Amino acid sequence: MQSFHIVVCGSIVPDPLQTLEPVVNSPVPSLKNEMMLPAVLDPWAAHALYEAANLARQRPGSKVWLVSLGPKAKLQQVMMTVAQKAPFELVALDGPSGGFTDASETAAALAEAIQGIAGLDRSRLLLFGGWESASRGAGATMQMTGERLGITDQFQGVDELEVTESGALRILERVEGGRHQLSECEGPPVVLGWATGNLPEPPNNPQVGMANMRMVMPALQRAKPAKAGADGLTYRSVKVPSQRRETRVVKDVPAEEIARELVAWIRNG
Amino acid sequence: METILVLAHVEADGTLGRPAREAIAAARAVREGLAGSSLVVGLAGAGAGAAAPQTASCGAARWLAVEGPEFGEPRYATDAAAAQALAEAASAGLVIAASTSRWARTLAGVAQRLGGRVDTHVTGVAAAQGKVAVSRWFYRQRMEAEIERAQRPWFILVDPGCFQPWAGEPGPVAVERVAASGSSRTRFVEYREPVSGEQTIRPDAELLFVAGAGWTKKQPDGKTHTEQAGALILDFLRKSRASLGSSKSLVDLGSEGHAVLPFLTHMNQVGQTGSTPRHPKGLATCCHGEEPHVVGWRFVNERRAVNLDPNCGWAQGKADVLYVADAFTVMAKVDELLG
Ligand SMILES: Cc1cc2nc3c(=O)[nH]c(=O)nc-3n(C[C@H](O)[C@H](O)[C@H](O)COP(=O)(O)OP(=O)(O)OC[C@H]3O[C@@H](n4cnc5c(N)ncnc54)[C@H](O)[C@@H]3O)c2cc1C
Repeated sequence: MQSFHIVVCGSIVPDPLQTLEPVVNSPVPSLKNEMMLPAVLDPWAAHALYEAANLARQRPGSKVWLVSLGPKAKLQQVMMTVAQKAPFELVALDGPSGGFTDASETAAALAEAIQGIAGLDRSRLLLFGGWESASRGAGATMQMTGERLGITDQFQGVDELEVTESGALRILERVEGGRHQLSECEGPPVVLGWATGNLPEPPNNPQVGMANMRMVMPALQRAKPAKAGADGLTYRSVKVPSQRRETRVVKDVPAEEIARELVAWIRNG
Repeated sequence: METILVLAHVEADGTLGRPAREAIAAARAVREGLAGSSLVVGLAGAGAGAAAPQTASCGAARWLAVEGPEFGEPRYATDAAAAQALAEAASAGLVIAASTSRWARTLAGVAQRLGGRVDTHVTGVAAAQGKVAVSRWFYRQRMEAEIERAQRPWFILVDPGCFQPWAGEPGPVAVERVAASGSSRTRFVEYREPVSGEQTIRPDAELLFVAGAGWTKKQPDGKTHTEQAGALILDFLRKSRASLGSSKSLVDLGSEGHAVLPFLTHMNQVGQTGSTPRHPKGLATCCHGEEPHVVGWRFVNERRAVNLDPNCGWAQGKADVLYVADAFTVMAKVDELLG
């Protein structure tokens, strides 16, 4: 049975329940108290990791690496949880993970790190990541990383990957109007930017966590500093919109009346 | 002096889609603001050259086409080869395209190949005094930035719905054919409709109807009424032609194996890890209106919600109107009135 080398690119983002405020006092803006905000593994990249672990489990001889660029201390915090979810080997890069850095610089750092992975077999490589981050939300990093590694079979918004008996990859990608596109690729190497996929978040598994952490801590200690800025990019402004509306609360009104008001609104605005 | 290339795919029926015409409008706006700049139209697809006359009056100085059946297939290798060839043939400094699934999948990679940069999900462009700036959102629509770039080529993907689509008279044009590699290890197989066979995502709908997890929760009688909820929602969608959105909690219930509305998938999810659709109006039902959900409503102008809880998120300045009521009763009446 065919086995794969799956490299998942995934960074950390502020917990989405947090209120975020931009700070524009240097060429690359940041978030207020960025280092203090609780962080999580970028959600779509997390789906990519779960899909990778699931595929590797079904294909003996496969291996999963998680390549993560972020401030070392924050990576360490997030890895305490992530390491309990799925077996992987961490490749950590110590650098900024904020949304205002440029995708091309992040991609350069990731591609270099991937090229440095000992024993990585490019002919079996599935390069996974989230199709968009929750920070920059550009959907650009994975494409650029793939190009740097010479991979020209790329898929974005992936919800399903199936390996056929002949070793071909059948991939479902999200396209317009709630539809999917099905494509077939001869085989690795490919780039897959995952959307939600089909797997729920795996429960914490302390045994997996213990095994991972033996590798995670040294990987964090080894983390190379990575420069990921925004050369040539000028932020004229970064603003949080004033989003508060004057909410009219309608209470103790019969359903019939509410329905009439809604229908009138739907019909004419 | 900037050369602006507007890139577009030709649809299967030989026309240029609305997003492509919106990209033309964005490119024209940039050209008007940049003295001495010129516009080039670059088309890719099976019948790309034949589609060029549709853009005759858009103000372009040149028309380029990468043509052939292999470029009709939506896939990275050939789409990237076409875009690269067109950008090189035009010597483009700025490349503007619509953020369709095809270009969104490809153009960051092409920017990388050409040593350029990319900005995606662009919602506005401004050009004045020889400078171009674009607006886009960061942190899932929580903050909006205006940015400039020094590097060229600069690929700009504009989100559908942000520009008034360009329209103009067709006419004869001289099309320059551009060669590109049509080989790929990937083949397009087919498009798949939503599993339920029920088309519930309608990007052009006036109204976004959002269903929350409350539809599947125990109601005041101590029971769940999921089937009734499904029937009420589908009836409403069919009558109103609204697009269906969902909260994460509701779609997640499905993947965790609980009884849930059969026509819902993750594709319907709105919010932080879902979509950010553009509709003039939105109606939320049985949805609490938490921040990770409401960030997906950034581009929905008029917002109303029906919720049993007067203190739900919608009441905190997130909706224009909150009806504190039972959505089952209200939607049954709404369906009845819509006839
Ligand atoms: C990393 C991360 C990403 C996330 N991304 C998203 C995202 O993309 N999208 C998203 O939606 N959420 C997202 N969330 C989750 C979000 O925080 C909320 O948990 C979720 O939106 C809640 O869904 P809900 O409002 O449908 O359900 P609930 O919070 O369970 O609310 C149900 C509501 O239904 C009401 N109700 C019940 N019965 C009735 C009735 N008969 N009539 C009227 N009202 C009724 C209740 O009063 C309640 O307000 C994310 C969270 C995290 C941590």
